[in-house]
Amino acid sequence: MSFLNNVITGISLGSIYAIIALGYTMVYGIAKMLNFAHGDVIMVGAYVCFFAMGSFNLPPVVGVLLAVVVCTVLGMVIERLAYKPLRAAPSLAVLITAIGVSYLLQNSAQILWGAATKTFRPIVEGSLTLVPGQLSVSYVAILSVVCCVVVMVGLTLFTGQTKMGKAMRACSEDKGAAQLMGIDVNATISMTFAIGSALAALAGVLMCSAYPVLSPTTGSMPGIRAFTAAVFGGIGSVPGALLGGILLGVIETFGKAYISTDLSDAVVFAVLIIVLLVRPAGLMGKYVPEKV
Amino acid sequence: MEKRLNGKRLSKASRSGFINYGIVIAAFALIQILLVVQKLLGVTLVSNSLQSLLVPTCCYIVMAVSLNLTVGILGELSLGHAGFMSLGAFSGIVASFLLADVIPFAPLRLALSMIVGAAFGAVGGVIVGVPVLRLQGDYLAIVTLAFGQIIKNIIMVLYVGVDEKGFHIAASSERFNLAEDGTAIIKGPMGAVGVTKLASFTAGFVLILITLVVVQNLVNSRSGRAIMALRDNRIAAESVGINTTKYKLMAFVTSAALAGAAGALFGLNYSSTVASKFDFNASILVLVFVVLGGLGSIRGSIIAAALLYVLPELLRQFGDIADYRMLVYAIVLILVMLATNNDQLKALVGRIIPKRKGAASHG
Repeated sequence: MSFLNNVITGISLGSIYAIIALGYTMVYGIAKMLNFAHGDVIMVGAYVCFFAMGSFNLPPVVGVLLAVVVCTVLGMVIERLAYKPLRAAPSLAVLITAIGVSYLLQNSAQILWGAATKTFRPIVEGSLTLVPGQLSVSYVAILSVVCCVVVMVGLTLFTGQTKMGKAMRACSEDKGAAQLMGIDVNATISMTFAIGSALAALAGVLMCSAYPVLSPTTGSMPGIRAFTAAVFGGIGSVPGALLGGILLGVIETFGKAYISTDLSDAVVFAVLIIVLLVRPAGLMGKYVPEKV
Repeated sequence: MEKRLNGKRLSKASRSGFINYGIVIAAFALIQILLVVQKLLGVTLVSNSLQSLLVPTCCYIVMAVSLNLTVGILGELSLGHAGFMSLGAFSGIVASFLLADVIPFAPLRLALSMIVGAAFGAVGGVIVGVPVLRLQGDYLAIVTLAFGQIIKNIIMVLYVGVDEKGFHIAASSERFNLAEDGTAIIKGPMGAVGVTKLASFTAGFVLILITLVVVQNLVNSRSGRAIMALRDNRIAAESVGINTTKYKLMAFVTSAALAGAAGALFGLNYSSTVASKFDFNASILVLVFVVLGGLGSIRGSIIAAALLYVLPELLRQFGDIADYRMLVYAIVLILVMLATNNDQLKALVGRIIPKRKGAASHG
C-alpha cells in the first residue's frame, strides 16, 4: 500500500513539475534561452492566489484566474523589458539577465510580502478514500493530474491546429524563414511567454495546495527541478516535458521513501546527469547534428 | 606589421598582469598600514566589522578570478562553483583538524589545509569536468548546477570524526559509531563545528597572489591561447588541431582547484561552517562578480568582488537600506547586461563615453 501511495504522490507531484516544465520547454524551443525567472513566476502566482483567497475572501476559482492573469501580464512584461532587447546577444548574457530577473522577483516579493513563510490554504480540501485507513488520494492530487492532462491535450491541439500554434512551431524551427513567411516573430515569442507564465501560475497554486508553505523562495527549487524535468524529457518537446515531469516526480518520491529524505535532490540530479550523458538531447528530444 | 602588432599586444598583456599584482599589493599594504596606525594611535580607522570581512573578501576575490577562468576565458557557464568551494572548505577543515597534533605551527597547517582543499577541489573538477565538458552551452550550465546541488546534499548528510580507533566517516547519524571520547568534525546538517580559526588576512593576500600568478600565466601561455580559441570558435580551433577535452579540462580543473583553496581558507575563518552556505545562491553571487567585473577581465573580477562583497555587508548596518540591497543588486545586474549587450543601448553608452580608437576597431 505504501508503494501505491508513493506512486500516487509521485505522479501528482510529477504532474505539477510537468506543467512548470512546459513553460521552460516552450520558451527554450522558441527563444533558445533558459528562463531562470520562471520558477519565481510560480511563486508570484501562488502569492496572488493566497492574497485573493485570504485577504479578499474571493472563491478559489477567482483566485486561480487572478493569479493566471497577473502572471501572464508579468511574463509578457519581463519578456518585453529584459529579454527582447537581448534577442541578438550571446546566450550567456541572456541567461545572466534571467538570473537577475529571478533575483529581482524574489527580492521584490520579500520586500512586498515579507520573508516569513505563509501557510497556503489549499484550493480544494479533503481526500478520496480508496481503501479505508490505508489508501487515499487527496483531491489536490487528482486536480493536479487532471490539470496536467487538460493542459497537455490543450497545448498539443493548440500547437498542432491553430494559426498561432503553427507560427510558434515555425519560429522554433527557423526564425528568419518564419519572418519571411509573414509571421510576427516578436508577437509569437511574447505569446509563448504569456502561455508559459499562465501555466506557471496554475502550477504555483497547485503546488502550494499540495505543500502549503509559501515564501519568496518557494519557486526556486521547484523551478530548478522542473527545468531538470524539461531537460530530462528533451527540451523543446511538449510530450517530453510530460514524461520528464512525471518521471522526476516519481523518482523524487521514491528517493525520499526508499533511499533518504536528505538525499532526494542528489538522486534527482544524479539521474539527470546520467540521462544527459547517455542521451545528450534528453529522452524525447531531437538530436540535431552540428553542421560546419 | 603582423609581428609588430602581436608583440605590442603581448607586452600589453604582461603589463596589465603587473598592474593587477600592483593593485593587490597596494591594497594589502594600505590596509596593513591602517591597522598599524590604528593600533598605535588607538583610533578606529578600520572598524571591527570591516576587519572581519577581510578574509572572506580575499576568498571571494579568488573565487571570482577562478570562475572568470571558466566563464570568461573558457566561455563555459558554470553554475556550481560554490560546490568546489564547499569541497575545499570541508576537506580543509578535516585536514587542519587531523594535522593539529602533527604540525603545531599554524601557518604551515593552514597552507597544508589549503593544499588539501585545492586537491579536493581539483578532484571534484575532474569528476565533474570529464563527463560534463562533452555537453555544451546551457546543458553544461545545468549539469554544473546539478553537481553543485549534489555536493551540497552529500555534505549535509556526512558525518566525520576521530576517536582512539581512528578516522570515522558515515552517511547518517545512525551509522556514525564514534566512541564517547571521540571528536566529531563534521556533523551532518549542523556542518563543521569547533573549528580552530587559522585563517589570516596575510594568508588571503598570499592566496590571491598565487591565484593571479596561476591564472595570468595560464591565460598568457600557449595553453591559454588554445583555451580562448576554443571559446571563440570551437570548430575552427578543433580543425587546427587543438585538443578540446584537454584544454577545457585544464581550465576547468585549475578553476576548481583555486576555488577549493579559497574554500579551505573560508572554512578555516569561522568556528562553524554549514554546507548550505555554499548553495546555488553562493555560486550566483560569484557569477555576478565576474559578470559585473567584465567577462575575461581579471582586474575587473578582483575589483568587483572586493567592492560588491564589502558594500552590501556595510549596508547591512543601516537598517532600511539592508532590505533593499539584494533588490539593487538584481537591478544593477540586469541593467549592466542590457547596457553591454543591446546594440542600441551600446551605441548610446558609446556616444556618452567615447571609446579609444584601438578598442573600437577591435570590437
